[in-house]
Amino acid sequence: MTFLGMPPVGQGNLHGRPFPGEARKALANDQQRANLRKATGTIRGKRAAVVGELDDWEELRLAGAAIKDQVLYDLPALLEQFEAAFTAAGGVVHWARDAAEAGAIVTGLVQAAGARHVLKVKSMATQEIELNEVLEAAGITARETDLAELIVQLGHDQPSHILVPAIHRNRAEIREIFRREIPGVDPALSDRPADLAGAARTYLREQFLDATVAISGANFAVAETGTLCVVESEGNGRMCLTLPKTLISVVGIEKLLPTWQDLEVFLQLLPRSSTGERMNPYTSFWTGVTPGDGPSDVHVVLIDNGRTRVLADEIGRQALRCIRCSACLNVCPVYERVGGHAYGSVYPGPIGAILSPMLTGFGDHADVNTTLPYASSLCGACFEACPVRIDIPEVLVHLRAGAVDAKRGKKVPTAEQLAMKALGWVFSSPRRLEAAQKAGWAGSAPLGGERGKIGALPGPVIGGWTSARDAPTVPRESFRSWWKKSGRTRPGSPGVGPGEPGSRAALAGEVARPPSDPELTTGEPS
Amino acid sequence: MRVALFLTCFNDTVFPDTGRAVVRLLERLGHTVEFPLAQTCCGQMHFNTGYQREALPLARNFVDVFGEYDAVVAPSGSCAGMVRHFYPRLAEVSGSASFASAVDEIRPRVHELSEFLIDVAGVEDVGAYFPHRVTYHPTCHSLRMLHVADKPLRLLRNVRGLELTELGGADECCGFGGTFAVKNAETSTAMLADKVRHVLDTGAEVCTAGDNSCLMHIGGGLSRLRTGVGTLHLAEILASTEDEPYGVTA
Repeated sequence: MTFLGMPPVGQGNLHGRPFPGEARKALANDQQRANLRKATGTIRGKRAAVVGELDDWEELRLAGAAIKDQVLYDLPALLEQFEAAFTAAGGVVHWARDAAEAGAIVTGLVQAAGARHVLKVKSMATQEIELNEVLEAAGITARETDLAELIVQLGHDQPSHILVPAIHRNRAEIREIFRREIPGVDPALSDRPADLAGAARTYLREQFLDATVAISGANFAVAETGTLCVVESEGNGRMCLTLPKTLISVVGIEKLLPTWQDLEVFLQLLPRSSTGERMNPYTSFWTGVTPGDGPSDVHVVLIDNGRTRVLADEIGRQALRCIRCSACLNVCPVYERVGGHAYGSVYPGPIGAILSPMLTGFGDHADVNTTLPYASSLCGACFEACPVRIDIPEVLVHLRAGAVDAKRGKKVPTAEQLAMKALGWVFSSPRRLEAAQKAGWAGSAPLGGERGKIGALPGPVIGGWTSARDAPTVPRESFRSWWKKSGRTRPGSPGVGPGEPGSRAALAGEVARPPSDPELTTGEPS
Repeated sequence: MRVALFLTCFNDTVFPDTGRAVVRLLERLGHTVEFPLAQTCCGQMHFNTGYQREALPLARNFVDVFGEYDAVVAPSGSCAGMVRHFYPRLAEVSGSASFASAVDEIRPRVHELSEFLIDVAGVEDVGAYFPHRVTYHPTCHSLRMLHVADKPLRLLRNVRGLELTELGGADECCGFGGTFAVKNAETSTAMLADKVRHVLDTGAEVCTAGDNSCLMHIGGGLSRLRTGVGTLHLAEILASTEDEPYGVTA
């Protein structure tokens, strides 16, 4: 059911299959794991080195977070300011509520320009709305020009990383893709990176010279001046931004910065966090149309696609600070092992685990989004690396709470609900905890066998654990039972929790009794 | 100074030796330790799994039980982290101003063991003796939530007879993550495999850490593979002396 004024739900490349199963498949791909281990390890080292050079890195992070929070707070006014400035500079602003509207607008613009082929600058927003597929359905070919995106496109594959979309491929695989897909390529092409880049350059140069329309995203949109900015490494983006007659940029509404000066902060944060460079090689800015210089027909499509939904979430909205640097992916121990495809979304890794469920209205879908908030061990490496201080573990836990609360009140409780409820009941009283400890010993001790450790067992919970790990048995004597016998508790110490009001005195009396087993009063473990 | 041991429900039940070690260590250093018997669980497992409503009464109990102490010592980075980092969020959920102020008041008095020893008790050499080759795994919550930094290592470097070997990839998660190890058991296993590999590379006899939950995970892998390498909580190494040596539990 849709109500007037309800924020649109994110559509597009955000709805893969549930995480645990896709992760299981990915874990079995030894080649991908070797590639990811090497690539993420290299980027982690580079990032750490260039971040370590700056004395004011923490201040920069705080400034980045504060500027983005200001953007989110003032978003409606800043969007209108950007629209006015971009329009005054000769550009045309379009607004899209979701992926379908954005796709239709871009398709219409390309058709109006009379083009059958378009060039693409690497862009997460256009991947999110599946623009290439939409254009293809309208008979328009979109050619990716970022080297890694080209590898993914020629390999009929999906990106698996925000910054390095082909991170799951190694040079031998890339050579095979090029030999198979690039017309007229040298069949003796080597797998040296320089030769592979050379083959791509030759192929792309022809495309640049023929194209009349280019489509980009933007890293930043400056409200004050109406300026768009693309940060890149290869220069292929700049070719697209300058050679064609028509330039269409698809930009998420959260990409705004209030003023030109704010770029000072973000152009330090972004390259160091993403490629591990002090500065990236190519940074392009354009403000509407400049007669005689660059495209003469300039458009921007501002997309919501679930973003106002995220903005409405007080804890989750910090995800909209994201500048797509991918530092969180590179430090994530889960991402390093399962790769990007398991996240079932254009946004993989820790940021994807919070952003995709929120963009899509987490909880309404039987897809990856209900599983993503659990695709983390909450180790916190992502928060530490994030240049705009998105507390990803905090948002993950918040999303888990939302999922749990959405399931409350259903007639048939889940096994997890029953277990959590039972444990809550046990922990609400020290007496029940003590009884449970005794039951735990009685239940687990026989499973311990000769080694006193629990080996592989069947079952959904214990089976997952014991498939690769032994489990300890519960010792006969808990600490609290030892403590009571050790004679250390003073009469009058608080004894009983809120589950049993008024019984403090009774318990204090009980523990003041002489210990019943003198052997257990020495204070030493056996 | 009244010092309370917040042992955690998990240690109380599964690793009582760690509790005894903390008591022995702190008493040796001249502190009187109390174990308020009304303590149960801080609510971390409920909170991290999304059951905030169920975690709230446990947090209220924690604040009631430990509110009167000058210092609360926990041999667990993740449970101390729960109180220090996430109780304010639970206070928000509760909507209770009195609970929120009780939380604010208790948070700075809750210390992970190495923090208590160095920051509160002011001691780096606890007089321990442990003649073994040891490697230290910094658990995620002690490292990134509590920022204990090198405090556990400073304590270990002062243990006589102990040969400390550096763990490769030390700051990387072992893959435990509470219910993560169950909900995504295979991904967790892949993380564990790398941690086990790094531990074995050190040639250590014992892998130690400030959290028995992570050690149960790492130790579960070491034991399944019959590596002959054990795990032992930091408290048990620090409690060990020449006269009263602690054994390796593996």
